[in-house]
Amino acid sequence: MKRIIVCLKQAVDVSQLKVDPKTSQLLTASAPRKISDFDKNALEEAIRIKEKLSQVEILTVTASAEDAKPVLREALAIGADKAYLISDPSFQNVDTSGTAYILTEAVKKIGEFDLILCGEASLDSFSGLVGSRLAELLKLPLITSVRKITLQDNTVIAERTLEDVYETVKAKMPALITVTREINQPRIPSLMMIMKASKKEIVTWTATDLGIQQEKIDAKIEVVEVLAPKIERKKIMITGENKEEIAEKLAKALIQEGVAGR
Amino acid sequence: MSENKGVWVFSEKYDIMLEMLGKGREIADKLQTELAAVLIGRNVQEKAEELIKYGADKVYLVDNPALECFQAEAFLSVLHDLVANYKPEILLIGSTKNGKPFAARLATRLETGCIPDCARLDVEEGKLTGERITYGGNAIAKVAFKSKPQMATIPARAFERLEPQDRSGEVIKLDVKIEEPKTEIVETKPLETSGVNIEEAEIIVSCGRGLEKKEDKALLEDLAKILNGQVGNSRPLAEDRKWFTEWVGLSGHKVKPKLYIACGISGVIQHVAGIRDSKIIVAINSDPEAPIFEVADYGVVGDLYEILPALTEALGKQLQ
Repeated sequence: MKRIIVCLKQAVDVSQLKVDPKTSQLLTASAPRKISDFDKNALEEAIRIKEKLSQVEILTVTASAEDAKPVLREALAIGADKAYLISDPSFQNVDTSGTAYILTEAVKKIGEFDLILCGEASLDSFSGLVGSRLAELLKLPLITSVRKITLQDNTVIAERTLEDVYETVKAKMPALITVTREINQPRIPSLMMIMKASKKEIVTWTATDLGIQQEKIDAKIEVVEVLAPKIERKKIMITGENKEEIAEKLAKALIQEGVAGR
Repeated sequence: MSENKGVWVFSEKYDIMLEMLGKGREIADKLQTELAAVLIGRNVQEKAEELIKYGADKVYLVDNPALECFQAEAFLSVLHDLVANYKPEILLIGSTKNGKPFAARLATRLETGCIPDCARLDVEEGKLTGERITYGGNAIAKVAFKSKPQMATIPARAFERLEPQDRSGEVIKLDVKIEEPKTEIVETKPLETSGVNIEEAEIIVSCGRGLEKKEDKALLEDLAKILNGQVGNSRPLAEDRKWFTEWVGLSGHKVKPKLYIACGISGVIQHVAGIRDSKIIVAINSDPEAPIFEVADYGVVGDLYEILPALTEALGKQLQ
């Protein structure tokens, strides 16, 4: 029996994010939430491992100041066996350091495991630090940016995508792996799977349940402001009678801009 | 506790180290402190002298046969020991695929914060702030530190290297205990890439979902050839259709050419975040509602299969 823990972030759905036109502030509080895309790839990979090896239990862990249960229901529908939600209002301003600490305490309480899978980065903040921090706190071998995973007995073999090479790396389990979106195409749960998931368990823990020390989740960095980037583009639409005319006008414009010369 | 001081830079990629020294010099001067580079490797003494020419006041040199290639645990133990001993105020790490997890682990060991992928750094009232793209390209976050050392990771080409100068500095050779690795590299093979570095391209002609077949990229290649540019593509063509291994966008290559021509690219925010530093953006798309037009300097509503050959021909004539 192998046990895989998948870390899931409840992220802001950035494709549905709106900006306050007056202040340029992002309206993150009211934006819909979803499982961070990369984490879905991590979950999908855990399910594929389970499909190959059978005897595998998939647990998900989520740390959030919000009630992430609806999002976790989706994870259970996709194929996780059990979800853990560590939720506490005191998590409101945690940064990657605090999140990794909370996840560490949760993993310790869950107990034995063979593999922890995380997305390489989150959809919304896109920091890409939590998985690595978690590996460090749990003193686990870490393999990042992984696009292929193979398990052999107690060893994990993973293929990483680096800037200029693919690198195949071996580590003894337990280990922590962060995956890229390249690794797989996550499945969409069927109605049957969604119905089955309602019987699965979501375990909820608070900061107190895990003995979280407040000073360890105090933010070490501070977001001063989050503003929509200013887009100052000319937005000139080029039209014409036919494609030749359009092409000639565009070519002329580019040469005048001084960007098309050789 | 003694006070932290000095600006340090480290990357396992030498080019990024030089770029960070350029920015590091400016920060160190503002803070009236020293700039140091950490150089780890095998037989790298000569490079230590060069780092001084590129702006470093000090180079902490750890030269050891066991450190020839980047290995996370070994390099972590070296850097952790140095930082714990010399206590820099600011530590900049190159944000590569190896460098970022490395920075995250080092920050964890040092119990400090880390701001990833800062494309801008500023000093305000003696304190460092970093700016980074967040919310999938929807926003720029300005972030400050509440812990020391102040750590940030810096993407390649975010800053310019200085012209090398004849200046003097100190090379401090150190011997450090090296930790045993927890992972083993069994094989490396080159990425099946086009062989060109698109992040350095001056002109990019790029395609998205509007491209019907992989082979049709030839249409873009024809235009790129006339312009002496490179051809790129958006994420779906790589990750969904598996036609290519690389892509332009927030999660792929961030580019800053003088001309970016987006053909059949709808312009999702993640793609736009990867091209926002382009000087001129041209959008060609058959859908007049495509969001790419909102971020383009010049837009053409039309079929890329018609417009591209016509544009190639027109430019060919006009550039003669």
